[in-house]
Amino acid sequence: MALRQCAIYGKGGIGKSTTTQNLVAGLAELGKKVMIVGCDPKADSTRLILHAKAQNSIMQMAADAGSVEDLELEDVLKVGYQDIKCVESGGPEPGVGCAGRGVITAINFLEEEGAYEEDLDFVFYDVLGDVVCGGFAMPIRENKAQEIYIVVSGEMMAMYAANNIAKGIVKYANSGGVRLAGLICNSRNTDREDELIMALAAKLGSHMIHFVPRDNVVQHAEIRRMTVIEYDPKAKQADEYRTLAQKIIDNEKFVIPVPASMDELEDLLMEFGIMEVEDESIVGQKAEEAGAAA
Amino acid sequence: MSTMTKQETEDLIQEVLEVYPEKAAKDRAKHLTANDQAVDKSSKCITSNRKSLPGVMTIRGCAYAGSRGVVWGPVKDMIHISHGPVGCGQYSRAGRRNYYVGTTGVNTFTTMNFTSDFQEKDIVFGGDKKLAKIIDEIEMLFPLNKGITVQSECPIGLIGDDIEAVSKTKAEEHGKTMVPVRCEGFRGVSQSLGHHIANDSIRDWVFPKSEGKAFEATPYDVTIIGDYNIGGDAWSSRILLEEMGLRVIAQWSGDGTLAEMENTPKAKLNLLHCYRSMNYISRYMEEKHGIPWMEYNFFGPTKIEEALRKIAERFDDKIKEGAERVIEKYRPEWQAIVDKYRPRLEGKRVMLYVGGLRPRHIIGAYEDLGMEVVGTGYEFAHNDDYDRTIKEMGNATLIYDDVTGYEFEEFVKRVKPDLIGSGIKEKYIFQKMGIPFRQMHSWDYSGPYHGYDGFAIFARDMDMTLNNPCWDAITPPWKRGSADVAEAAE
Repeated sequence: MALRQCAIYGKGGIGKSTTTQNLVAGLAELGKKVMIVGCDPKADSTRLILHAKAQNSIMQMAADAGSVEDLELEDVLKVGYQDIKCVESGGPEPGVGCAGRGVITAINFLEEEGAYEEDLDFVFYDVLGDVVCGGFAMPIRENKAQEIYIVVSGEMMAMYAANNIAKGIVKYANSGGVRLAGLICNSRNTDREDELIMALAAKLGSHMIHFVPRDNVVQHAEIRRMTVIEYDPKAKQADEYRTLAQKIIDNEKFVIPVPASMDELEDLLMEFGIMEVEDESIVGQKAEEAGAAA
Repeated sequence: MSTMTKQETEDLIQEVLEVYPEKAAKDRAKHLTANDQAVDKSSKCITSNRKSLPGVMTIRGCAYAGSRGVVWGPVKDMIHISHGPVGCGQYSRAGRRNYYVGTTGVNTFTTMNFTSDFQEKDIVFGGDKKLAKIIDEIEMLFPLNKGITVQSECPIGLIGDDIEAVSKTKAEEHGKTMVPVRCEGFRGVSQSLGHHIANDSIRDWVFPKSEGKAFEATPYDVTIIGDYNIGGDAWSSRILLEEMGLRVIAQWSGDGTLAEMENTPKAKLNLLHCYRSMNYISRYMEEKHGIPWMEYNFFGPTKIEEALRKIAERFDDKIKEGAERVIEKYRPEWQAIVDKYRPRLEGKRVMLYVGGLRPRHIIGAYEDLGMEVVGTGYEFAHNDDYDRTIKEMGNATLIYDDVTGYEFEEFVKRVKPDLIGSGIKEKYIFQKMGIPFRQMHSWDYSGPYHGYDGFAIFARDMDMTLNNPCWDAITPPWKRGSADVAEAAE
């Protein structure tokens, strides 16, 4: 089986890292050889697999050693649960330096060191919330991730973010082979969430690959720095991640997305009652004016 | 060789523009003009200080060049850190020939390159800690430095390093002046913005610290602003001012020091040679400290006499008499120079293309030798520079702003000057075309050219170049068939 490279995007805090690690555990359980590449300066994309607080990152070790050329692959590549390979690009603390350049440097290093040449079925890139600059688009450029999964919930801002990410994919889809592979709904228990995300996915020309329900066992596992599959293999939630893993293995629906316009998106949200029909008359009206009018 | 008429010059411009795509031709047309002394405002005939066209050979530099290379670099007792990757600092090191007195590496540092030599990790994690460490190391290794400037290269602005915070902390810690300069190369359209940014950094980080500093003033305190002492220019200017009875309390910034900069707001008059690069700080001192400033020109005896008298007018009779005495003293000296060289240079035609002040300031020196400047232009001028140029140039002569390599070559082929004065990138092209050339940024490793002493060297250099027997061994392209022209340009 040829190597499949997948990138996980989504609004910050939506549960990308948790979802990625849990589903990767599911893939590993199914006998797949997987590597996770964390592309976030926080370096918390592999902690559930490694039972670690934060893995030593490529950039941190490069800084300590002098330069990235001084590193060997085995210095940065850690093996965790079910032989899942883990690397973190790492980057600066908030407010200094250039995290985007860190991602670029780290991924170039992995390529040059032949990290992808080993016997691998899947690589998952877990990317920082917003694609704020070219660095964070690195995983979806030429010869990298071909499949993008967007983690989303029924909340308005998560859906806006998903739509924006779809716009980013279109840009790179035209020059390379990157495709939207589906939306993963990480439930926040909002009303009619599954229908809403299915409608959004349809609007984008894609599909909701799986609806992951909300379950406290995820948090229980997480405080023990474990995936659900490892912490409680019999839990119902573990089966959800196994299902997601199987669906990703079987997935063949890779599309160039059709991002929704702002109006279309708002219409969708109104249809599901998430957004009120806009009252144009109150735009720009101050509180005291509103009071006077009333 | 007959001089061109206004119509001929305009036709030439049109002809040269023809090869451009329509949009480029339209844009470049605004930067080229046939001079008309009757025009009062240059904005009516020339556009300047605009972004260069992509795809042409432009001779411009960047904001970093304007600050590190021009304004700050020559301040000799301060250390200027080229903050960023190594190239900017290394390839701009010591190239401008800013002469200075001192022991390099001990109490003066102008020709040295200090750089933070950015690596990937500095980009990713930021360079503030490294900068702080460099400053500490400089303090340890070069304790006689009087202060440090941080000259930002492009990445500093991209990754948002807080060089101001580092400078403030380290200034307090070491009790010295530390100046952060935001002169990232991508800012502005040329080195010109770098001059402005550097001027502003003096205003914000040097002057406030020196307020109230003790200073023993005299009524005759003046400064030399905008003289970078290339080949010793400021020295040959300074002696004339001193001989007429003035006291020069600061040189900006050739052979200059931090203390001189700090003293400048105590001057009676700021004398501004390179208007383009230092008018900003002169205007500021006028507004804040009430110090008048005036432009002067020390190229060639005619302009020098004019300048000395103009300067003296701002002072009492003692200085006025001093000026006359200086003029009398040097007259036989320069007259001998003119007598010797004028017959050898009379009637020769010159085209210039240089930087800040020279495209207009040197014209008088050539005229003193009987030569005529038939084309001139600036790399990074603004319209106030062209306002000043129109009056200096003859009618119907060519004026070109941010000239492209192609345009300059075509103009030269048609105008057929006897001498070209421009930069190192132009030098070998024109020499291969068989045209005598002087590098007028660094005085072609010669100088000084300012003052009476400088005029003697200037005249000698022009003669040595123009009348060099080597030119007889080359046939200029217009004296050959057109096929040879392409060959000669290769």
